Amino acid sequence: MTPFILTLFLPLIGSIIILFLNKDNHKIIKYSTLFISILTFLISLILFFQFDSNNPNIQFYINQIWISSIDAGFRIGMDGMSMLLVMLTTFISPIAILSSFDSIHHRQKEYYFMILLLQFAMTGVFVAMDIFLFYIFWELILIPMYFIIGIWGGKNKLYATVKFFLFTIVGSLFMLVGVIWLANYAGNNILGTGFTTDFIKIRDVASQIPFDNQVWLFWAFAVSFFIKVPLFPLHTWLPDAHTEAPTPGSVILAGILLKMGTYGLIRFNLELFTQASINFAPLISWFAVIGIIYGALVAAVQVDIKRLVAYSSVSHLGFVVLGIFSMTALGIQGAIIQMVNHGLSTGMLFLLVGMIYERRHTREIAEYGGIARIMPVYATFFAIAMFSSVGLPGLNGFVGEYMTLIGAFTSPILNNWAFGIVAALGVIFAAVYLLWMYQRVFFGTNDNPANHHLTDLTKREWTMLVPLVLFIVWIGVYPSTFTNYSENSTRKLINTIEKQKFNRVPFPEIEAMQSDTLNNISKQIEK
Amino acid sequence: MHNLVWLIPTLPLAGFIFLGLLGKKLKNEKMIGAIGSATVGLAFVIAFLIFLELLSNPIDKPYIITLFTWISAGNFSLPIAYQVDQLSILYTLIITGVGFLIHVYSIGYMHGDRGFFRFFTYLNLFIFMMLNLVLASTFLLTFLGWEGVGLSSYLLIGFWYDRKFEGVRITWTGHAANKAFIMNRIGDFGFLIAMFLIFVQFNTLEYQELHSILSANPYFYQSAPLIIAITLLLFLAATGKSAQIPLAVWLPDAMAGPTPVSALIHAATMVTAGIFLVARNSLLFSLAPSTMMVIAIIGALTAFYAATIGTVQNGIKKVLAYSTVSQLGFMFAALGVGAYTAAVFHVMTHAFFKGLLFLGAGSVMHGMHDEENIKKMGGLKKYMPETYKTFYVASLAIAGIPFFSGFFSKDEILWLTFSNGSVVLWLILALSALMTAFYMFRLVNLVFHGSERFDHKHIHPHESPKTMTIPLIILAVLSAIGGFLGIPYALGFWFSHHPNFLEHFLEPIFKDANMILGFGGHHLAATEYILMIVSVGIALLGIWLAYKWYYYDQKWTSPRKIADSIKPIHKILWNKYFIDEIYFRAIVDPIITSSRSFFWKFVDLKIIDGIVNGLATITLELGERIRKIQTGFAQTYAIYMIAGAIVLLTWIIFSF
Repeated sequence: MTPFILTLFLPLIGSIIILFLNKDNHKIIKYSTLFISILTFLISLILFFQFDSNNPNIQFYINQIWISSIDAGFRIGMDGMSMLLVMLTTFISPIAILSSFDSIHHRQKEYYFMILLLQFAMTGVFVAMDIFLFYIFWELILIPMYFIIGIWGGKNKLYATVKFFLFTIVGSLFMLVGVIWLANYAGNNILGTGFTTDFIKIRDVASQIPFDNQVWLFWAFAVSFFIKVPLFPLHTWLPDAHTEAPTPGSVILAGILLKMGTYGLIRFNLELFTQASINFAPLISWFAVIGIIYGALVAAVQVDIKRLVAYSSVSHLGFVVLGIFSMTALGIQGAIIQMVNHGLSTGMLFLLVGMIYERRHTREIAEYGGIARIMPVYATFFAIAMFSSVGLPGLNGFVGEYMTLIGAFTSPILNNWAFGIVAALGVIFAAVYLLWMYQRVFFGTNDNPANHHLTDLTKREWTMLVPLVLFIVWIGVYPSTFTNYSENSTRKLINTIEKQKFNRVPFPEIEAMQSDTLNNISKQIEK
Repeated sequence: MHNLVWLIPTLPLAGFIFLGLLGKKLKNEKMIGAIGSATVGLAFVIAFLIFLELLSNPIDKPYIITLFTWISAGNFSLPIAYQVDQLSILYTLIITGVGFLIHVYSIGYMHGDRGFFRFFTYLNLFIFMMLNLVLASTFLLTFLGWEGVGLSSYLLIGFWYDRKFEGVRITWTGHAANKAFIMNRIGDFGFLIAMFLIFVQFNTLEYQELHSILSANPYFYQSAPLIIAITLLLFLAATGKSAQIPLAVWLPDAMAGPTPVSALIHAATMVTAGIFLVARNSLLFSLAPSTMMVIAIIGALTAFYAATIGTVQNGIKKVLAYSTVSQLGFMFAALGVGAYTAAVFHVMTHAFFKGLLFLGAGSVMHGMHDEENIKKMGGLKKYMPETYKTFYVASLAIAGIPFFSGFFSKDEILWLTFSNGSVVLWLILALSALMTAFYMFRLVNLVFHGSERFDHKHIHPHESPKTMTIPLIILAVLSAIGGFLGIPYALGFWFSHHPNFLEHFLEPIFKDANMILGFGGHHLAATEYILMIVSVGIALLGIWLAYKWYYYDQKWTSPRKIADSIKPIHKILWNKYFIDEIYFRAIVDPIITSSRSFFWKFVDLKIIDGIVNGLATITLELGERIRKIQTGFAQTYAIYMIAGAIVLLTWIIFSF
C-alpha cells in the first residue's frame, strides 16, 4: 500500500483494532492508539517529502469507481493546500491523543475508537476529490464529535452537543442539495456524460455554469462552510462546543475541524463557483472583518478562559476568511498558513487550559492569580502560545495575519482599503484580551489557597508542548518551508480567478505546467 | 568587515537562547552575568570595527546584507536583510555600548534576585530585537524589532510580577506591563497601515528602494495626500514607542520594571526608536511638510507637558520618566523642523546622561532599601560619593551647562527650532528647558543634599558595588565630553572644527532630505550667540531656583506656598493632567461595557442564540401539535382520507 493510502486508512484500521481490545486494559488501548497516530504521522512525513511542491496540480491521485450509477468514485488526491492540512491533522492528532491520557477517565475504549475514527474522517475531508465522497467524510465527522462532546464533555454538554449538531446538520443539508444539483448539472447539462460527482471533471467545466446557477450553488456550499468556520454571525455554537468539549476535543475542534470550513471555501467556492465568489467577496469580507473585531471584543469580557480562547478563534478565523476572499495570492497563501497557525497556537492554548483544568477543575479567570511563581514553565509556554496568537512578529501568527492583511489591502477584487484597515484594528484588540487574561491568571501574588499546591508541568505535558513551540517559531522565522507547498496551487487558482474577472493570466508559467499534468491525469483516468 | 553585520544581532540572540534554555541550571550568577554581558560587548566590538570601516571608507549608499527570504507569495517577496550605513551603525554603537554597560551594572543590581537568569535572558532578547529594529533594511524587519522590543519591554516591566505598583487602575507591575504593550499596539496599528500604503503605492518595503524612488522624482511626491497619510501613520507609531502625546502615558508606569530596564529600554534606547523611524525615512518625511509641522508641534507640546509634571513628582524614577518623555519631545521638535542630525545627536547624548541618571537612581534605591520617594531621602552625598558625583555630572549635562554633552545637543535643537521653525516653538522648548534644569536640581538637592529624612533604624545607605559604579563613571565621562562630537557651528567655528564630526558623518543619510527642505551650508548669525547665551541663562536660572527653594531653605517654604496658591493647577500636575482617567472613562470603559452587555449578553446570547433556540422551539412545538393528528384510531384516519379526497376533487373540478 502506498503511504498515501496508509495515511488515510491507518487511523480507521486502528479504530477497528481498538474495538477488539479488552476494554479494561486501558494501558494497551491508550498506547496502541498513540502508536497508531504517531505511525500515521511518520508515514505522512514520507508523503510530505514525496510531494512535488512545484507541481500545482493534484498529486497521488487515485480513482476507483465506487457507485457507477451516479459515477461516484473513491477519488482521492492532494494539492499543496491539502498536503499542509493533512500534515496538520496527522501532527495535531497524536498530541491530542496524548493529552487524552490525562483528561479522559471513563469509557476509554469507546473514546479512543471515536478519536481514531475522527482522524480518519478529517483526513478524508482534506483528500477527497469527489464531491460525494467529500460529503460522506464531512458527515462522518459529526458522529465521533457528537459523542466526544456528549459523553466526555463538561457540565453543560447536552446543550452544547445538540447546538453543535443542529448548526452543522442544517449547513450539511444545504450542501447535500448543492452536491446533487452540481453533479446533475455539470454531468448532464455541461459534460453530457450523465450524473457525475468527479471533482476534477466538474472543476474543469465549472466556469461554464451560468452565473445565476453559480449563485445558488455558492450559497448552498458556503452556508455549510461558514457555519463550520465559523463566520459571524453563525458562530454561537462554537463557544459552547469548545467550552464543554474535553481538552482533546477542543484541541481537535480548534486545531483541525474549523479548517474544514475554510478549506471547503477555497476548494469548492473559489475553485468551482469563481464568478459567484468574485461577486460576493466584498459582502463576505465584511462579515469576516466584523467577526475579527466582534470576536475580539466579546473574548475580552469572558470570565472563563476556555470560552475566551473560543471567541478568539472567531476573530482569528475572520482573518482566514478575509484572506480567502481577498482572492489574491498573498491573501490565500496567508489564509492557508493562518489555518495551520491557528491550529498550532489555539490548539496549544486549549491544551494549556486543559492542563490547569486538570489540576484545579475550574477555568474561571477570577479563581487564579499569581500562578507564574509556582508554575514558571507553564507560564512560559502559555506566554509563547499567547504571543503567537497575538501575532507577534517572529512567531507564526504574524506571518499569516500580515499576509492576509496585505492581501486584503492589495486586492483588486475587494478594491477597498477599509477591509484591511478595520481588520488591522483586530491586531490591537488581540493584545487586549489575551494580555489582560494572562496578567489576571499569572501575575500578582498567589492568594487563593486552592492554588497554593499547584505543580508545574509533567514530562508528558512537556512532550505535548515542545513540538508545537518548535513549529510556532519555525513558521514565524522561515515560513517558506510550508508556504512553498501551496504556492503553486494557489497561483493556479489566482490564474483561474483573474482570467474570469480581468481576462489576464498573472502566472503564465503555471498555466504551462497545468496542461502537461492534465494530460497525465487524463491518461491515468483512461487507464 | 560590514559583511559580518549579521553577527551583531546573532550574538545576543545566542545569549538569549542559551540563557533561556540553560540559565536556570547554571545557578552561577557571575557566569550568567558574564555570558549576558559578553554577547553584547562582542557585538559592540564588531559594530565599532564596522564604524571604523565607514570612517575610513565613507559610503553614499548603504551596504545591504541579505540573509534569506522571510515572507513570499505570488509576486511578493521580502528578505531578512541588514542595512549597514552611518545611521544604523551609530544607533548600533549606542545600543550595544550603553547596553553593555547596563548589563554589567545589572550583575550588581540584580544580585540575589531569584529571577537573575531570567533577567539577563530578557535583556539579551531586548538587545537582539533592538538591533533588528535599527539594522533592518526593510520596514517589515524594523517592525519585527519594533514589536520585539515591545515584547521585551512587556516582560521586563512585569519582571517582578508579584510586586505592587501604584498608578491609575494599576495595582501590580503586570498592569503597567499590559498598559505599555497595548498602548504600543495602538501605535503599531499605524505602522502596519503605513506599510500597507507604502506597499500599495511603491510596491516595495525596502528602505533603500523607497529612497531611490522618491529621490528620483521628489517634487512629484511632495505633499501628496498619500505621502502625508503614510508619514502621519508612521508618526503615530513613533508616538507609541517614543511616548509622545497622545500615547505618552505608558512610559511613567513602565518604571515598574527594575531600574536597569528603565535605564536601558525606557530611557537610552527603545524609546528613541520613534526618532530612528523618522530619521530613517527622512526623505519621505521631508516630502510631507504638514506632517513635519504636526511632529514639531506634538514634540514641543510633549516636551512642555512632561516637564511641568516632572516639577511636582516625588518618585525619583517618576521624575526621570517624565524627564525622558520631555527630552523625547525635544528630539521630535527637532525632527519636525528638519534638524535630523540634531535629533540623532540628542538621542546619543541623552542615552549617556539619562542612562546615567537612571543607573544613579538605581544605585540610590539599591542603597536605600528600594525607597523611591525623594522626600524621604536627603543628605546621601556622604554615603554614596561616586553615585553623587556621577549623578551631578548627568544633571549638569541634561540642564545644558556649557561643554557638558547635553548643552551642545539641546542648544542645537533650540537654535534650529528658532531658525527653521518659529519663535513660539522656541519659547515652548526654552520654558521646558528651564523646568528641566529646575526639576533635575530639585532632585539633586532633595536626594543628596540637606537633612537626612530617612528612617535610620531600617535604612543604612551605602555605596553600590564596583560592577555598578564603574558603568556610572564611564557614562559620566561620556556625558561630560560626548558633546564634542557635535559642536555647533557657531562654536566649532572658533576651533576651526566644522562642520562637526557627527554632521559630517551622517551627511549621506540626510542629504536628500536636507536638499528638499532647502538646508544648505551654515551661516554665522548673531542671533545664534544671543540664543546660546539665553539658553545658558535659562539653565542657570533653573538651577538657581532649585537651590534657593530646596537647598538654602530646608523647610521648602516657597514651593509649598506656591503649590498652595495655585492649588487647582498643582492638583492637575500632580495627577498628570488626569489623562489616564480620561482615557479610561472615555475609551476603555465604554468598550468593555458595550462588549459585555451589548455584544456578548445581547447580540450573542439573546439575538443569535435566541433565533436558533427559537427555531428549535418552533420545530418542537410544531412537532408537538402535528403529533396530535396521529391519534391511532382508524376512524380518524378515515375521516382525514375522505376530507382529503373531497379537497382534491374540488380542486381538480374547479381548476378545469
